[in-house]
Amino acid sequence: MPSDDWMRPSPRLRQARHVEAGAVTILLLAVAGAILALSSVRNGLFAALIAIAAGVLLDVMLQRRVGSWGYLEREDDLLIRRGLLVRRLSVVPYGRMQFIDVTAGPVERSFRLATVRLHTASAASDARIPGLAIEEAARLRDRLAALGEAHAAGL
Amino acid sequence: MSEPDRWHRLHPLSPAIPSGRLVLALVVVFLPSFAGGGGGAWDAAGHLAALLVIVGLGFVSWLVTRWRIEGGDLRIETGLVRRSSQRFPLSQVQAIDTVRPGLARLFGLAELRLRMGGSGGAARLAYLPVAQAEELRARLLALSRGAHEDTPEPEDRPLVRVPVRRVAGSLLLSAPVLVLVVYGAILAGVELGGGSAPAVAGLALPILLGDAVAIWRRFNRAYGATVAAAPEGLRFRSGLVETNAETIPEGRVQAVQLVEPILWRPFGWCRVDVDVAGRVRERGDDRGDERELRSVLPVGTRAEAEALLQLLVPGAPAPVRRPPRRARWKSPLRYRRLGFDFDARYAATAAGRLGRVQVWVPLTKVQSLRRVEGPVQRLLRVATVHLDTAGKRVSAALRDVDGTDSLRDLEQLTELARAARRA
Repeated sequence: MPSDDWMRPSPRLRQARHVEAGAVTILLLAVAGAILALSSVRNGLFAALIAIAAGVLLDVMLQRRVGSWGYLEREDDLLIRRGLLVRRLSVVPYGRMQFIDVTAGPVERSFRLATVRLHTASAASDARIPGLAIEEAARLRDRLAALGEAHAAGL
Repeated sequence: MSEPDRWHRLHPLSPAIPSGRLVLALVVVFLPSFAGGGGGAWDAAGHLAALLVIVGLGFVSWLVTRWRIEGGDLRIETGLVRRSSQRFPLSQVQAIDTVRPGLARLFGLAELRLRMGGSGGAARLAYLPVAQAEELRARLLALSRGAHEDTPEPEDRPLVRVPVRRVAGSLLLSAPVLVLVVYGAILAGVELGGGSAPAVAGLALPILLGDAVAIWRRFNRAYGATVAAAPEGLRFRSGLVETNAETIPEGRVQAVQLVEPILWRPFGWCRVDVDVAGRVRERGDDRGDERELRSVLPVGTRAEAEALLQLLVPGAPAPVRRPPRRARWKSPLRYRRLGFDFDARYAATAAGRLGRVQVWVPLTKVQSLRRVEGPVQRLLRVATVHLDTAGKRVSAALRDVDGTDSLRDLEQLTELARAARRA
């Protein structure tokens, strides 16, 4: 499939993922702090080091994954690709969409981002696009809803 | 359109059937205190009150439940405190089941269950007198096809009847019985080794009971299984104590699965499952029979299965295309079973580690397609193409297809599914 016309999530998703990785790191550091208070200073520092290393690793992974998301609106269906280690490419025909969800968690919301999720009658079709700017999410939702109506097919 | 029907009630004995089991359970629980006589009159009164409450609640729920056919819909109203009025459009019926638990058969009653597409779940009418249930089933089916509701139900043509001996034989060669055998062997070993076998036996009692229940369920489900062709679709009947009759109208099949367990190989037996649309399980409804896929042919010969497949997916291709040899490294056990193919109407896939599992999916039923490529698959330049349907259990996947082929197959399947949908 051609790679140049794929749409991508908003660049702000990278920042949102940084924040998420940071939050996890802070949680891990809190655990390290507890160890420091209850056990020796040496153990505590060791735990803190592990926490920071884990946080950095998580951040790198999340950042790389952000780059793997892409979607392409074709004439009759929507393509979504994602994943680095396990690469997935989903094809969702417009006529098969039952409803479209736009959700935004606290982190996403603070960056004015949203996730668009497509539902078909199959529980297995897992089609979502995270980290869209809310204007783009709204545009995509409306467009998909209109296309879904035009292509609708029964079970 | 027919004029609105009057409201009907369920059979007055309906509450006795589900609570009958409950009462039985309670009696078992309470018996020790009755027999012991230790609790005295107050305890006995308490137990009696509990029984009365259960029976009373069942009666109230019967009192407030009513149903009728209105235009093209089935309406069911129920609930005393939280009144609910459900409307089931008959045009979306995926299958109709007649279920008769042992107690219900004693009273000559039957439950009618309409499986609906989407997330609507199932409409349940429990219980109706058998004659009324049969008549209503025919009427609902006629309505669901858009025919006049008074169209007499045409005779069905029996196709397959599974002999009891084969059911018993197939069960002896199934996993639950195997568990029992292994367990017996362990016990014997313990006894010979100087341990106390009864003590060990006691430990595993719950597992044993579960196993026994599983064996019984399978036997009951498979006993006297018949398949018949009727003009409105295929009819499947089975059951010894709890009988089950299922009608799957034409064009409602989401996927068909042919399973050949390795233990049945010497006898050439196989199983055919049909998947229809509907939710996996009702929320808060943990009825075991919803959890597993209904086998339409619990144990059949190859010839019977072939004949059934001809009816369910006529002219479907065999999964003859093979993955490249290098896929062996990723799926060493499965490799020799893997296969796939598709034509303009159906996709066929084969897989299975010990036994063989073949799946056919009508392309009109494909909801979405996915190509998945794991790290090992990438190294071997292969990928898997999944076909998602609205079914519950059966998943069809073209496994370990050559990498560039898989992209082409994905494109083609997308194209064919679209054409099939439009046709």
